[in-house]
Amino acid sequence: MASNNVFIVEAIERRKKILNKVSKKIIICGGTGCIANGAMKVYKKFCDALKAESLNVEVSLKSESSSNESVIYVSKSGCQGFCQMGPLISIEPDNVVYVKVRPEDVDEIVEKTIKKNEIIERLLYIDPIKNQREKWYDEISFYKKQQRLSLRRCGRINPEDIDEYIYDGGYEAAIKALFDMSDKDICDEILRSGLRGRGGGGFPTGRKWELTRIKKADKKYIVCNGDEGDPGAFMDRSIMEGDPHAVIEGMIIAGKAIGAEEGYIYVRMEYPLAVERLKIAIDQARKYGFLGKNIFNSGYNFDIIVMEGAGAFVCGEETALLASIEGKRGMPMPKPPFPAEKGLFGKPTVINNVETLATVPVIIKEGWEKFKSIGTPTSPGTKTFALTGQVANSGLIETPMGIKLKDIIFEIGGGVTDKNGEINNQKFKAAQIGGPSGGCLTKEHLDMPLDFDSLKSIGAMIGSGGLVVINDDTCIVKVARFFMQFTQNESCGKCVLCREGTKQMLALLDDLIEGRGDEKTIELLETLGKAIQKGSLCGLGKTAPNPVLSTIKFFREEYLAHAIKKECPSKECKALLKPKIVAELCKGCGLCLRYCPVGAIKGNKKEPHVINEELCIKCGACIEACKLNAITVG
Amino acid sequence: MSETLTSEKKFEKVSKILEKYNYDKTKLIPILQETQEEYRYLPEELLSYIGVSLNISSAKVFGVATFYAHFSLEPKGKYIIKVCDGTACHVKKSTAIIEAIEKKLKLSENKKTTPDLLFTLEKVSCLGACGIAPVVLINYTTFSQCTPEKILGEIEKIIKLEKNNGVE
Repeated sequence: MASNNVFIVEAIERRKKILNKVSKKIIICGGTGCIANGAMKVYKKFCDALKAESLNVEVSLKSESSSNESVIYVSKSGCQGFCQMGPLISIEPDNVVYVKVRPEDVDEIVEKTIKKNEIIERLLYIDPIKNQREKWYDEISFYKKQQRLSLRRCGRINPEDIDEYIYDGGYEAAIKALFDMSDKDICDEILRSGLRGRGGGGFPTGRKWELTRIKKADKKYIVCNGDEGDPGAFMDRSIMEGDPHAVIEGMIIAGKAIGAEEGYIYVRMEYPLAVERLKIAIDQARKYGFLGKNIFNSGYNFDIIVMEGAGAFVCGEETALLASIEGKRGMPMPKPPFPAEKGLFGKPTVINNVETLATVPVIIKEGWEKFKSIGTPTSPGTKTFALTGQVANSGLIETPMGIKLKDIIFEIGGGVTDKNGEINNQKFKAAQIGGPSGGCLTKEHLDMPLDFDSLKSIGAMIGSGGLVVINDDTCIVKVARFFMQFTQNESCGKCVLCREGTKQMLALLDDLIEGRGDEKTIELLETLGKAIQKGSLCGLGKTAPNPVLSTIKFFREEYLAHAIKKECPSKECKALLKPKIVAELCKGCGLCLRYCPVGAIKGNKKEPHVINEELCIKCGACIEACKLNAITVG
Repeated sequence: MSETLTSEKKFEKVSKILEKYNYDKTKLIPILQETQEEYRYLPEELLSYIGVSLNISSAKVFGVATFYAHFSLEPKGKYIIKVCDGTACHVKKSTAIIEAIEKKLKLSENKKTTPDLLFTLEKVSCLGACGIAPVVLINYTTFSQCTPEKILGEIEKIIKLEKNNGVE
């Protein structure tokens, strides 16, 4: 069927003709991370430098020129995932990837790699463990264990060019769904594949669609939830920026499956680049007749509106998100009625996460069996994780569901780093998964498979897939407080237990951190946490206590140390520090004495100084001032 | 007379925005977004004006304007510094950056904008650029792997630029 669409045929033809002439392809990562590191300057420099060498440069692959001279294609892609090493530049067919490229490096790359096919060793990635240089993605340990499905095109294609998407097999699934499948066929296919919502809940996508499909209504809606608010998660941003057409294609398929002619993509305002790329992609799709009236000449109508959020985390919750699209305060509503019955503007609505929708075309195109064969039986497919924190390689990764935590941290992540950035796996303390709704995993979970159900069984959740590695210089009570502060701030205020309870939990955590707590404080945290879980309407409140409860469960000792011994084992809680000057190390230089804001340090010149504990406010100024590391914190 | 003229002018831009959205009350959020973009904040009288124009109560408009973190009822600075305090940035010590900026610009938790309306400091939950943490956004430019020194340097550059009326 795909061969029938004139736009697809033409796009592929056009592309083939030009690709035959391309002698080198330079892909510059244009994700938010690499742009912040200066990727656009590098991009511009490449275009200028190549032109200065009077080489034929092509940036859009749209040229109609009939000359057969070879061209060099300079393209920007979406996020390649390895943000920390950006800007990333890959060059084909040499299959070489350069990391941390500066505009100053461009002339050398043109001179050596482009003109003479030589590799510039100093720009290659150095494996931090093996300490050797690696040339291409299949050698780099960060990429080796990954299996990219929803990120399959991110970093490979130019997200602002629909032809690249089409040439890569894009929109074939949409055409298959529109012409060869009934609405029920599509729902069945997705249900059989076992695809579960990637936004955190893990509800079977096929069932959600079927429930909406069978509802009779004059209008139905499909909404893409791109309000990725979890701190530490950025997979949806990367997909919207790097492969926006995959989201559009997923929505077209979902639209046909449930009988919707209108779709909304709700994107958080913190992602301006994602909004821009989505809008470009939608415009292109409209021009090709893939969106609008009678799409692909199939008789179906479908169009998409992009809506920007206004900065409210709770709008990631589906009923709150719908209220926000309707122009109201983003407050959740009790369910039932579920959106499948009464959703946007009171009509049956399906709300899917970005990653879920980007996975849909793969399943339709390649069949449910292939998808189901990846991952675990109850959580098939792959999952993206945003791997960050104190880990050697941070960035966006995608692996089969059920991968072990240790494989992610020690192999893909390259190991845990200490406060100086050196790799030291002994320093591993915890991995926080699922953001403010999730929990902490510890050493004992390193062998646990990461999937929906095993995580749920220990009180954590996969959430949207934020994975923050924490080393043992970080205080776990402070980590819990960080998340509590976040949910307390973001609570919409509707449910008393969530609004007031999170505030009280935060106060209790402050008691521990500032040395006012006792054993009862911990008990109270647990009781209150369980009450908030029961007494809140939406996912925000129901999961808000998770970070605290799970850390109390796995790090009770550390909580007790704060509560009873008034000690912080990681030495992070300033109020619990007991600064002492080690007489043997102190040379009596008087530096600490001068920096102490309350005059708590006494001592004669060239004689060891002493801190008066009663006066000390534990600000840490003396520790910072001392050049001999003579002050310990107890 | 002159007062009516200025107020007419004041409402001119928001009227255009309302027209663009066809006075559709479900588009209240995009309308407020564009109004804020235009005026740099949401003046009270504009909120009432929008309410009347859309045929919804001012209370509803206020409710929405105060619910979302992006909206501000007070004038914001010309340069909005957003320091990411998401998980990844937080564990990579974004607090030190916030403290350094507060000290430099004499700002605090309760005082977010400098009196000359040049800078506004905001702490945001996650900019989704965790791979390059800690991250700071000044208007639309993202700065990666920040240190207090790096950001203070950028602020210094802006102050100099403003002093020279935009000449570098």
